[in-house]
Amino acid sequence: MTTNRRNLLLGSVTGLASGIAMLVALPLATPAQAQDFITVASTTSTENSGLFDHILPLFQEETGIEVRVVAQGTGQALETGRRGDADVVFVHARALEDAFVAEGYGVERFDVMYNDFVIVGPGEDPAGLAGADDAASAMAAIAEAEAPFASRGDDSGTHVAEMNLWEAAGVAPEGQWYLSTGSGMGATLNTAAQVPAYALTDRATWLSFANRGPLEIAFEGDPVLFNPYGIILVNPERHPHVKAEQGQAFIDWVVSQAGQEAIAGYTVAGEQLFFPNAE
Amino acid sequence: MKRASDLYPTILPLRLEDAGFAVAGATLLEEISLAIPTGRRLIVMGANGAGKSLLLRLCHGLIEPTSGRRIWANGEARPQAQAMVFQRPVLLRRSVAANLAYPLRLRGMGRAACREMAGETLERFGLSALADRPARLLSGGEQQRLALARAWTMRPQILFLDEPTSALDPSATRTIEEMIETFGAEGITIVMSTHNLGQARRLADDVAFLHRGRLIEHGPADMFFEGPDAPEAHAFLAGDLIW
Amino acid sequence: MSGPFTTAFALITSGDPALMQIIGLSLRVTLTAVLIACLIGLPLGAGLALARFPGRSLAIILFNALMGLPPVVAGLVVYLLLSRSGPLGSLALLFTPAAMIIAQTVLILPIVISLTRSVVEDLWGEYREQLRSLGASRLRAVPTLLWDGRVSLLTGVLAGFGRASAEVGAVLIVGGNIAGHTRTMTTAITLETSRGELGLAVALGIILLTLTLSLNALAWGAGQWARGRLG
Repeated sequence: MTTNRRNLLLGSVTGLASGIAMLVALPLATPAQAQDFITVASTTSTENSGLFDHILPLFQEETGIEVRVVAQGTGQALETGRRGDADVVFVHARALEDAFVAEGYGVERFDVMYNDFVIVGPGEDPAGLAGADDAASAMAAIAEAEAPFASRGDDSGTHVAEMNLWEAAGVAPEGQWYLSTGSGMGATLNTAAQVPAYALTDRATWLSFANRGPLEIAFEGDPVLFNPYGIILVNPERHPHVKAEQGQAFIDWVVSQAGQEAIAGYTVAGEQLFFPNAE
Repeated sequence: MKRASDLYPTILPLRLEDAGFAVAGATLLEEISLAIPTGRRLIVMGANGAGKSLLLRLCHGLIEPTSGRRIWANGEARPQAQAMVFQRPVLLRRSVAANLAYPLRLRGMGRAACREMAGETLERFGLSALADRPARLLSGGEQQRLALARAWTMRPQILFLDEPTSALDPSATRTIEEMIETFGAEGITIVMSTHNLGQARRLADDVAFLHRGRLIEHGPADMFFEGPDAPEAHAFLAGDLIW
Repeated sequence: MSGPFTTAFALITSGDPALMQIIGLSLRVTLTAVLIACLIGLPLGAGLALARFPGRSLAIILFNALMGLPPVVAGLVVYLLLSRSGPLGSLALLFTPAAMIIAQTVLILPIVISLTRSVVEDLWGEYREQLRSLGASRLRAVPTLLWDGRVSLLTGVLAGFGRASAEVGAVLIVGGNIAGHTRTMTTAITLETSRGELGLAVALGIILLTLTLSLNALAWGAGQWARGRLG
């Protein structure tokens, strides 16, 4: 190698090295993070409801442990747990949660609370849901009238619940009227408000959703629409770095009387969103 | 830093032995043999496209001969004690003083020493008033003066100039010629190309005449201007177009 | 339409600490990423402009293409690297500002490299013979060319800043949008939009745009002044 080329290489390597050195030094340079924190993977709908803003400060006050919530879709949240990027998983998709534990990624699943789904739609109710007996018939009515319906289409807990309802109604939803948005609850409701279309949403998101437009609750109350939440500690045998002790402390608190009362005490516009049901 | 007057160790005379330059199959310079001795002013002439610029670059070391050899007296492949000024002055986006200091910085001089030497140069050539001016905002003539001053700062033994005044007005041209005469008087060897016959007559000690990449005449200036041997040179002096 | 503007104004003047924290984090992440990208990219881009080696054309094409790397893809790649299940998991960088800086550096780097290469290559064409005549080797010429092209290079750096401050895909995936820790302007806008809080989202967008606009105006002004002074 000629001197020039070697020097050019040397210069580039030096620049590269100093840049990389900065990148590496970054974690050291960032101000000392509270060592007492855990990472909880939960869902966007739970975060959007504002529940965490209400209960987490109470937990931190009692134990000094900070809870950092990463809010993603249900599937992504469970994947985060599988990868060991979170200490605790807190979602609402029973079948997926059970599989998560069965596969050894989680220690044990605990009931925490439930909220319910409601069907929202345009105020004039073009599909005539007002008189439906149950959720399945309501969905069947929408399909028959081919009234626009906005679906999340993202394998989330809400989407899974929606597909179960279609199945119960004996309908395979497809056609121009069925809009699969592939996005979160908020985005799907935005779309529904715009079209306007029917949509299945959890009550918590609905109550705190500010962009309703012409939408109102079209159907509610069928027990089939109840949406239970589970909390799971990520298995430290799978991922030794998991903060098992502190994660367990959070789980213990959430299912304790104090935690359950905190959950019940969270209201939006005077209405309770979540109903505690831990043993 | 060597002074032109201390000619030791001298890099001159510069010799070209049968030197040629070809690129992509085209031969642009052919069988050039000459010796450039110390302390004289050599003017290189010829029609456009004859190879004047290439010859200068070949001597200076910006290009290498593809045939034949180039030999400096001290045996170095590319001595430091040489400088070149181009037709359009190439100055950095910095002040006049910083441009003068640049070649000194390249040679590893300390900042204070550089500033001092640059200051000397500024005084020498009457550029002190322009010291802090952005070099690129100077007029064409001032820029070329700066380019020459920068070359002088390097204390070269030999200075190459490629048509340094062809883009300048007569007054600026005269200033540059005076600078060149001064350099020559200090013992700096001058090799300059021009297509301005008057300028050649004014400045030349020796003349080299190129035609189609060949050196067809080389000798003392007075002999050349009185009557060159080659018919092409004759035609050139008469003002005819030759190619 | 005045709604979001008044909301934006009220937000800023109130000095809401959460908002200040978000703005501060956004700036810190993007500016740090720009700095690192420059440290790596300026010499690399200049080297690419001056050096001749087999595969050089390929490298140039590659970096040009990477300028259009979708932020969400960059985020995904960095996420897979930094995840606990990934090769660099033991660094525990996921869901921290450091991860966001890394992801944004990946986005900005090709821009800095490509634009630097272009600027330095042009300057080299102009300066090459004179610099060689003065005795500068190619390596030695690199800082000279970078400094000489500083005004044009600033444009490249600004483009990099603009790209990073505007993106949401990368910082969302590797940062996790954690309140008080990894929530930036763009991820906050995403959050508020999904909440249906469109007014607030637009207000945040206005603040972000104002920041970017101010920076660009400043840089443009500096460039004009510099051109006038330096030629």
